[in-house]
Amino acid sequence: MAAQHINYLLHLADNALILGQRNAEWCGHGPILEEDLALGNMSLDLIGQARLLYQHVAALKNDGSTEDRLAYFRDVPDFRNYTLLELPHSTAMAPTAANDHDYAATIVRNFLYSALMVLQWEQLQASKDGQLAAIAAKSLKEARYHLRHSRDWLVRLGDGTPESNQRMQQALAHFMPYVQEFWSASDMESAAAQAGVGVDMARLQQAFNACLDDALAEATLQRPAGGGHISTGKHGLHSEHLGFVLAEMQSLTRAHPEGVW
Amino acid sequence: MTTTPNTPAAALKEWPLWEVFIRSKQGLEHKHCGSLHASDAQQALQMARDVYTRRQEGVSIWVLPSASITASAPEDKDALFEPAADKIYRHPTFYQIPEEVGHM
Repeated sequence: MAAQHINYLLHLADNALILGQRNAEWCGHGPILEEDLALGNMSLDLIGQARLLYQHVAALKNDGSTEDRLAYFRDVPDFRNYTLLELPHSTAMAPTAANDHDYAATIVRNFLYSALMVLQWEQLQASKDGQLAAIAAKSLKEARYHLRHSRDWLVRLGDGTPESNQRMQQALAHFMPYVQEFWSASDMESAAAQAGVGVDMARLQQAFNACLDDALAEATLQRPAGGGHISTGKHGLHSEHLGFVLAEMQSLTRAHPEGVW
Repeated sequence: MTTTPNTPAAALKEWPLWEVFIRSKQGLEHKHCGSLHASDAQQALQMARDVYTRRQEGVSIWVLPSASITASAPEDKDALFEPAADKIYRHPTFYQIPEEVGHM
């Protein structure tokens, strides 16, 4: 029971950390200065959320864990983030240096994740885990801004030029199958929901679809047909991409353990 | 060399410039803090939030198109502002201000 509670918190934390790390790749490479800063700001919001959750987990585990150990010294199978969040900023099956950063992919993924998290943080404000409820209240404000930012660009690019529309449509087709993982069952989520700690994710699906359809209609984008492989990142079974994300993120700490500024 | 609309440089040329004003606290005035390129007013507002209020600088933002500002020309500086230089009597420094008035 306690183990599932901790797994659920790690799932939330890993989601925030991995997307935060991915979006930070835009730092210094944004399409324009303002977006470079916006993506950096949102990365820091997400990494801040992850820190609070890891600190909470460390306190619950009470076994000498720290936020740093949880973020930097766990390996791929220990991470419980959605597969969606570890994928490259690209719709290419094998991204190369020439096409590995497509802003359409960044925007579509940020939209899908922030649309979910606005709904989930809203519910988690009433969690029986008081610390999680407090983290939810803080994170909700940030998620609302992330949704506003990504929805704005979703509409601008979807309803933009033929090329921007086509690239957004392609990013949607690429990422939408991974959204199925939001609604697939997992022991940690069921246990957390039953204990009043977590959220029954299936109950968020309708509101998520309404939010998505509304934005897609305004963006003149077509919702891809559903179906396809259901990814399993939250169970610890990841795509090949997470290893590279962790390698980059963790290498410094592992080379200099206990290093301080 | 021709640039295509896809390059950032060309996009920035198409996006008008906006002046950003931030109010740092309730009750204070909005102050000019910089400018940015954006395709419309809403986007300018959002970008201003990301560029100029990251360190809790503001509680309110105004943006307005730079093109709608009419500015004095730098070469008119002497004609416009020089004549005030030798009229120190326009400063209210020749009055005795009673103690109880305090800081003016």
